[in-house]
Amino acid sequence: MIFQTPIMALLLVAGLASLTALWSGGFAVQVLRRWNLADMSRAQLQRERATELVSTLFAAVMLAELAALLLFVFNADRMASLFVGAMCAVGTLNVNGYGFPALYLKIGVFFAAVLWLMLDRADRMGRDYPLTRVKYGVLLAIVPLVLADAGTELAYFLNMHTDVITSCCSKLFTPANAGLANEMASIGPGASLWLLGGAGVFVAATGGFALWRGRGFGLYALASVLMFALALTAVVSVISPYIYEYPNHHCPFCILKPEYNYYGYALYIPLFLGTGLGVGAGMLSLFRSRESLAEKLPAMIRRQVIWSMAGFAGFGLATLYAIASSNLIIFG
Amino acid sequence: MTPWLRRQRALADYTLASLARRKGKNIALVAVYAIVVFVLASAMFFAASLRLETSAVLRDAPEVTVQKITMGRQDLIDGAVADEIGKIRGVTSAKPRLWGYYYDRIVGANYTVMVPDDPEMIPEPGSVIVGEGIPRARGFKWSGAPLFLSRYEGDLKRFNVARAFESDSALMTSDLMLMNETDFRDFFEIPAGLYTDVVATVRNPNEVATIVEKGSNALPQMRFVTRSDIERTYQKLFDWREGLLAALAAAGILAFVIFAAEKASGLSAEEMREIGILKAVGWDTRDVIAMKLWEGGLVSLGAFLLGTVTAFAHVFFFGAPLFAPILKGWAVIYPDFALAPHVDGLELLTLALLTIVPYIAATLVPIWRVASGDPDAVMR
Repeated sequence: MIFQTPIMALLLVAGLASLTALWSGGFAVQVLRRWNLADMSRAQLQRERATELVSTLFAAVMLAELAALLLFVFNADRMASLFVGAMCAVGTLNVNGYGFPALYLKIGVFFAAVLWLMLDRADRMGRDYPLTRVKYGVLLAIVPLVLADAGTELAYFLNMHTDVITSCCSKLFTPANAGLANEMASIGPGASLWLLGGAGVFVAATGGFALWRGRGFGLYALASVLMFALALTAVVSVISPYIYEYPNHHCPFCILKPEYNYYGYALYIPLFLGTGLGVGAGMLSLFRSRESLAEKLPAMIRRQVIWSMAGFAGFGLATLYAIASSNLIIFG
Repeated sequence: MTPWLRRQRALADYTLASLARRKGKNIALVAVYAIVVFVLASAMFFAASLRLETSAVLRDAPEVTVQKITMGRQDLIDGAVADEIGKIRGVTSAKPRLWGYYYDRIVGANYTVMVPDDPEMIPEPGSVIVGEGIPRARGFKWSGAPLFLSRYEGDLKRFNVARAFESDSALMTSDLMLMNETDFRDFFEIPAGLYTDVVATVRNPNEVATIVEKGSNALPQMRFVTRSDIERTYQKLFDWREGLLAALAAAGILAFVIFAAEKASGLSAEEMREIGILKAVGWDTRDVIAMKLWEGGLVSLGAFLLGTVTAFAHVFFFGAPLFAPILKGWAVIYPDFALAPHVDGLELLTLALLTIVPYIAATLVPIWRVASGDPDAVMR
């Protein structure tokens, strides 16, 4: 199935990202071993210059990976018509064992790249590049993730056989089966909304506290992760049924379809942004005490928290609108 | 406006002015780039609208077709099979069909000959209803000209043309010829009671798989083809052709990438001087890279817009004369049909990734190399 233009585009991005990751990984090893700003040698100067290239390449890779993540889901949805039993992206991803791992790895790469870019930005704020070693240590950890993503994706597309009978989202996301997806679907809509609301209050409280007192960003990052998990659960258990106006359809992928006005994007994009920025704020707060960053970094962290809260608020508003404008009545 | 936005605006402003200063060179780059986009976009738009057209056409097709298989070949089927299929619960109706192909030796074309199901479409004995392609192939000069068909040397059979189909259904009816049952059996010498195949309609599409299973248990010598099988096959066929064209275009993209990389690394003395001056007046490496990225972005945007718009016109206004033979296949009587304009986000995103990503990838390293040099070394 490799002769499909979207698949070729995805593999192109994955291949280029792997090349970049491999080369940057090699460079990272060099930096970890030899980086020394006090050194006036030619080699050190070249390393300093090469960091510019790595930053630029990684920013480009992240943009391409973001587009690839969207394309991956979008394409899975469109290809559903090629498989017996598939009605949306879930069926396509279930065609073989690599589909869902590929999606999770893609999401993982996306978050990792976002966090790395934040580190990079913070690092460039200080005159003495205080985070260079940390940055390249993290980069070394990202390299296997990017390679695993490319490998899984290739395996997924190469093993795609259209004579496989796959399962539809209505089978996967039902309370009757065993598995995480069904656990998510079987949480009562009321309980799930209460949990989401609670997480929202927690995020607002920790975020407000962090902004007011200038500390507790780690707690805010934790709250963001919690919010992310509970928001996805709520999408499966209660928000999707409201969008479909049908109490037994829980699929978190069908909401991305044009039939539902691409409503899913209004939910997922702010949610992913909020989570990435929130976790990034927590990560950056570890380095607040570095001397050369003490002036600029706190302002950057504050901005991130504000934008992260705005993202979660956007998700909340989209949720409320989905519920308010739906003709489905679950409560009362 | 935040400082970041102000910086980007200033960079864009500067870049546009600098692009305009080297008009000829940049126009050539955009033109080559746009041609690459145009080729890929044409193939994608055309294949996508063919896919759309087939699924629109198949929407009214029966859910299940039953064929008799003898020695691995399709054989005439007994009309009684239709009754048996009709008895399966969930089947709304099952009807035997009579249809076949006729090879017209005079023009070297194949016609599809059919006995219509709709009583209004059944022609009088001795006359036929034809698609728009048949009078065209035969070169009929006036309406009402009789149609002579010859099955073998020395044989000639005359039919009156009752009427011709409009061309708005050309994709399906271009080579079609409708006869009544008696004429058909007589013309093809088919004994009474035997048919080409049996079609069944099913009320609930979710039950198709179960009905096919029940049917093939009861009638193991029959082959059951479902509408979604046919649709899937067409989708795959068009996907495959589109992919093949895109893979061929990959050679073009590669050539373009080499061209772009060469262009980005072999800067003219004047451009080198410009970068040197910028660095001397206080721009740092990051600013130069940002400026060069803006340049790449603007060139890409221009080429992408130009390429997609011309591809759109090429496919939907002019019927894709450059690629049509590869993508739609060919036949002596080929239907004349206009494609419904249709472009979606998936296609545009794919197109952008396939063209812009290689360009940016090819130019990043040269850009960095130029930007990170010392001002005096760059200017020298």
